[in-house]
Amino acid sequence: MRKPRSTMTHTLLAIGAAGMLAPYVWQFLTSLKTLAGATRVPPTVVPDGRWDNYGQIFRLLPFQAQFLNTLVMTAARSLGQVLLCSMAAYAFARLRFPGRTFLFGLFLSVLMVPPQLFIIPQYEIIAKLGWLNSLPALIVPGLFSAFGVFLLRQFFLGLPAELDEAARLDGANPLRIWWSVMMPLARPGLMALGILTTIWSWNDFFWPLVVNNDPKKMTLSAGLASLQGQFMTDYPVLMAGSLLASLPVIAVFVAMQRQFVQGIAFTGSKG
Amino acid sequence: MATDSLVKEASVADMQPAIPHRRRKVQWTEALWGYALIAPTAAGLLVFYLWPVLQTAYLSFTHSGPFGGAAQWTGFDNYRELLSDPELGRALRNTIAYTILSLLGVPIAVFFAALLAKPGLSGVTAYRALFFLPAVTTPVAVAMIWRWLYNGDFGIINYLLSLLGIHGLHWIADPRTALYAMVITGIWMGLGYNIVIFVAGIQAIPRHYYEAAELDGAGPVQQFFRITVPLLSPSMFFVSVISVIGSLQLFDLVYVMMGGSSQSTRSNPAFPNTETIVYLFYAKAFQANDKGYGAAIAMLLLLIILVLTAVQFRLQKRWVTYA
Repeated sequence: MRKPRSTMTHTLLAIGAAGMLAPYVWQFLTSLKTLAGATRVPPTVVPDGRWDNYGQIFRLLPFQAQFLNTLVMTAARSLGQVLLCSMAAYAFARLRFPGRTFLFGLFLSVLMVPPQLFIIPQYEIIAKLGWLNSLPALIVPGLFSAFGVFLLRQFFLGLPAELDEAARLDGANPLRIWWSVMMPLARPGLMALGILTTIWSWNDFFWPLVVNNDPKKMTLSAGLASLQGQFMTDYPVLMAGSLLASLPVIAVFVAMQRQFVQGIAFTGSKG
Repeated sequence: MATDSLVKEASVADMQPAIPHRRRKVQWTEALWGYALIAPTAAGLLVFYLWPVLQTAYLSFTHSGPFGGAAQWTGFDNYRELLSDPELGRALRNTIAYTILSLLGVPIAVFFAALLAKPGLSGVTAYRALFFLPAVTTPVAVAMIWRWLYNGDFGIINYLLSLLGIHGLHWIADPRTALYAMVITGIWMGLGYNIVIFVAGIQAIPRHYYEAAELDGAGPVQQFFRITVPLLSPSMFFVSVISVIGSLQLFDLVYVMMGGSSQSTRSNPAFPNTETIVYLFYAKAFQANDKGYGAAIAMLLLLIILVLTAVQFRLQKRWVTYA
């Protein structure tokens, strides 16, 4: 039985969803117009079929290199965090050692501080190591995450203790228990952290902007911003570039929506 | 009373790792494993996060020339200079205004979350994906899209307004409107994230409250204001705190919407009305290469975040209901 109220709900939600989608539609349509077509008054909706705007991006920017930089940075940070954070989170959740509470508190204190307080010294460390304009500059500081440890520790605490207890009685050492017992059990939590880190890394802007200013070593965000500085008014090309740069992460989100939403809701309820 | 404390004890025991029940001394094999497993992250956090905070605090009392060289202790000079810097005053005003206006996104998100959380609604996944899309889109791309929408001469917004007989402005180049234009984009971008948290909050509200209200003849609007809003207030508090902390750090939108490079951003006539604290931090620390001054700005930002968060925790007693 469909009540009129449900129609009302759908109408309001559809209006909201249209407001979310419309800017993307206009972005896509503009990306297929010539500059003259995009600046027509009054504007025309139908594009001119100028797919070459997408080719233009590859000629204006070392787009392949920037795409690869972003991909490697994102993959390395996500995998690294999932491994390192789950190791630490398992220790905090299951092992006993003196100073555990203090150390966990110290980890958490990192979460309270805005990133601007780390960035200058991080930059100086990277500069001293001679890593400016390199992949390690993009990756290394992002391998460590207090948030990830916190999230996964909560997750491990919610798992039944009997299984790792049994493994321990069988004589398995903690490293083995972490890898063969906890990791498979914690897959939803690991996925949530992995996806959150993937999206945040891909979209990260300030740090890549600051450490890598050689166009070949930039990430897509920084490269795109530099393009806008130079070609400010060529909107069709900018729309094509911004669409290409955001498409991979949108694809990840669409494919993994459920895990992603769970991760966000989890941080909200435990925050 | 006795059962009460038993339950408490049991729940405390649940939170502890399962270990043999006898009391025992430190077992060093286990402890060493513990240290070994946290060591990589602990070392990374120490080197790249914890030590840098102290380093930033120290740097804020020093000055080093634009070409590097050893930093010299200059006491409170950076802070003194900062407090009399008209650019900081402007950045502070813009940032606070942006932060407060962005809170308008909270009721909007609650509204859509209440619609989405309706039990048995069809198409929830599709709606949620659409609302969330901007939150996963690269902020640089978002800023570019909106810059184009806001364009004074060829922007679609001004065209639609002209159909209503309204003559649109150059939204992001006009000092009167640029900040509001950024607020709208910021809210649009953050809406999906907030909606997801609110939907989770609403789904945690027991259904029988609504059933009872319905039996008493309360309509959907009444149910929303009498049940959903008060019981959702802890989530709203959480979202407000996160939103304020995030808004105070606004950078990407300013950088890209105002220009996209240091020169073109500064030449935007609306720049003085949209420059934020973190933009100023970037300009001083990484463009003017005045690390000491930049560090002082970062310290000030930390102070502002702490104060505003403390104020919010104070105020929560007035409006947050914990069931």
